[in-house]
Amino acid sequence: MSTLSERILGAEAGSYVDCPVDRAYVHDGTGVLTLEAYRAMQAEKIAKRERTYVLFDHIVPANNSVTAGLQRDLRAFAREKGLTFTDVGEGICHQVMAEGIALPGEIVVGADSHTCTLGAFGVFATGVGATDMAAIWADGGTWFRVPETIAISLSGSLREPAEAKDLALTYVGRLSMDGATYRAIEFVGEGVKSLSMDSRMTVSNLAVETGAKAGLFYADRTTCTYLREFGHRVEPQVPEECQYEQTLHLDLGEIVPVVAVPPRVDTVRPVEELAGLSIDQVFVGTCTNGRYEDLERFARLVLGRKVAVRTLVAPASRSVLARAAKTGILSWLLEAGCTILPPGCGPCLGAHLGVLGEGEVCLSTANRNFKNRMGVGGEIYLGSPATAAASALAGCLTVPGEGR
Amino acid sequence: MKVEGPALCLGPDIDTDVIIAGRYLRTKDRSVWAAHVFEDLDPSLAMRLPGTIIIAGKNFGCGSSREQAAIALKEAGVRCIIAPSFARIFFRNAVNIGLPVLECSCPCRDGEHVAVDLGGGTVLVGGRVFPTRPLSPRMQEILSAGGLVEYWRKRR
Ligand code: SF4
Repeated sequence: MSTLSERILGAEAGSYVDCPVDRAYVHDGTGVLTLEAYRAMQAEKIAKRERTYVLFDHIVPANNSVTAGLQRDLRAFAREKGLTFTDVGEGICHQVMAEGIALPGEIVVGADSHTCTLGAFGVFATGVGATDMAAIWADGGTWFRVPETIAISLSGSLREPAEAKDLALTYVGRLSMDGATYRAIEFVGEGVKSLSMDSRMTVSNLAVETGAKAGLFYADRTTCTYLREFGHRVEPQVPEECQYEQTLHLDLGEIVPVVAVPPRVDTVRPVEELAGLSIDQVFVGTCTNGRYEDLERFARLVLGRKVAVRTLVAPASRSVLARAAKTGILSWLLEAGCTILPPGCGPCLGAHLGVLGEGEVCLSTANRNFKNRMGVGGEIYLGSPATAAASALAGCLTVPGEGR
Repeated sequence: MKVEGPALCLGPDIDTDVIIAGRYLRTKDRSVWAAHVFEDLDPSLAMRLPGTIIIAGKNFGCGSSREQAAIALKEAGVRCIIAPSFARIFFRNAVNIGLPVLECSCPCRDGEHVAVDLGGGTVLVGGRVFPTRPLSPRMQEILSAGGLVEYWRKRR
C-alpha cells in the first residue's frame, strides 16, 4: 500500500529511481544558467521539446539592459529549439502550468523551489537546480530518492476570516523550516473537500518552506471539475491505506488569521497579537496568493474604500488579470487606490517593482520573508489576502473583519 | 576524495537569499556572486572564505533553488560544506556543480583544522572523528567527475 509519491514514482520510500519526467520548466531567472549548463554539456538535442517549457515571470518586463540581454538570448533559444515558451505578461511559471497543463499522476520538475505548488493537482512536482535541469533537457528524465511522507490530516472547514494562507502558515509554523526536509507532505482527511483548487495551490505552495520535496493533494471531484474547464477529462486518485512517517492533525475550524514574522517563515503569530504594527507597503500577488480567488477576496474587502498605504497588486497570470477585468473587480482595486503590476513575480524577490527601502515594512501575501529579500533593510510580514486588505485600509497590521 | 582546510563556522537555517541576494542574480559573471556572497549576513565573510571548510548548523541552503548560491560559495574558494542537514535542492545543486557537501554533526571552532574523506564518509575536526551520512554512490561519482556537466559528458 503506497503513499501518493510512491505510487507516482513507482517505488518504495528510501529507494532511488531513474524516471522520465512528463514536463520540465524554467523561468527567466533559472533558465539562463540552465542554458549555460546545457551548452557546456554539448548535448545533441532536447529530449522532449514540446514538454519543455520556458516561462518568463521573474523580472518582467526587464528592469535594465543586462536583464533584457539575458532574456533576449533565452527567448531566442526557446524559439529556435521549438520549446513551449511564454513571454513577458503571461504569468508566474507555476500558475501557467496550473492552468490546464500539469495533470494528476504526472512527474513535473521546475527549476524553481515553488514547483511544489502543482502538488495541489496530485502531480509529483518538485524543484531542481539549473544543472539538473540541463541534464533533464538532454535526457528527458532524472533520478529521485523516493521520499518518506508526512501526512497533514485536515478536518472541518475554514471559518471566516481565516483563509487557506492561514492554514498554510499554521502548518509551516508547526513543522518548522526544516520539519519536512527530504520528505513529501500529503494533505488528507475530509477537510480537503472544502478547499477550492486556488486554496489547495496556496497550501501546496508553502510545502517547500518546511523543506519538503513535494506537497500533494489527491485529485478528487474538485480537481476533475477544475481541469474540465481546460478540456481535460481526468479520474480522481483514490487514496490507499498507507504508512506515513508522521501525521499532523489540524481542525480547519480552529485556524485563525496569522502572519509570519520576519525573518523566519516559521515564526507564526495570530494577527491579533501584532495588530497596530505600522506598515509602509502592502503587496498582493505571487505564486502563493495571486490567483483570482485571492484578488476577489481582497477586492471585496476594499470595495468602496481607500487604502491608507501604497498597495501593489500583481495578478499571477494573464488569465487571472483578464478575469478580474471581466468581472469588474479590477476597477474596484483601482478605485480603492491600488497599483496594478503586470502578471509575474513582481516585488516578491526584490529585483524590481516595489523594492523596500531601509527600515520599511511590507505586509505581503508571498511565501518568504528572509532578511533583505525585498530590499536591503526592509522587513516582510507574510499574511493572507484578507489580512492584507484590512491592513491596507488601516495602514497598520489589522485583523480582517475588524475596523470596518 | 579528500578535502582539508580551516573551519569557518556558521549557524542554522542559512538561506539562499543570504548566501547570494536576489539583486545580484542577473548576470552570468560568476565573480559578482563570489564578491557578494554572504553580504547580508556579514560583508566581511567573503574575504575569509578562500580555502575554508564551512561547518554550519542544520538546514543549510534553504529557500530558493538558485544554483548561484552553490556557485558563489565554490567561486569564493570554499572547499566543502558540512552541516547536520541541508535543504535538498541546495544539496543536489552543490554536488552538480562539483562542490563537496556532507551531512555530519560536529562541533566547530573557527580556524580549527578539518579533514574530510568523502568516499570513506569521515570528518576529522581538531583530531576527533565524526560519523557522517555518506553520499549516494551516484552523487560520489558526480562529485569525482567534477560536477554533473562533466559526469554527463563522460557517461555519454
Ligand atoms: S512569485 Fe515569488 S516565490 Fe513565486 S516563483 Fe515568483 S519569485 Fe518565486
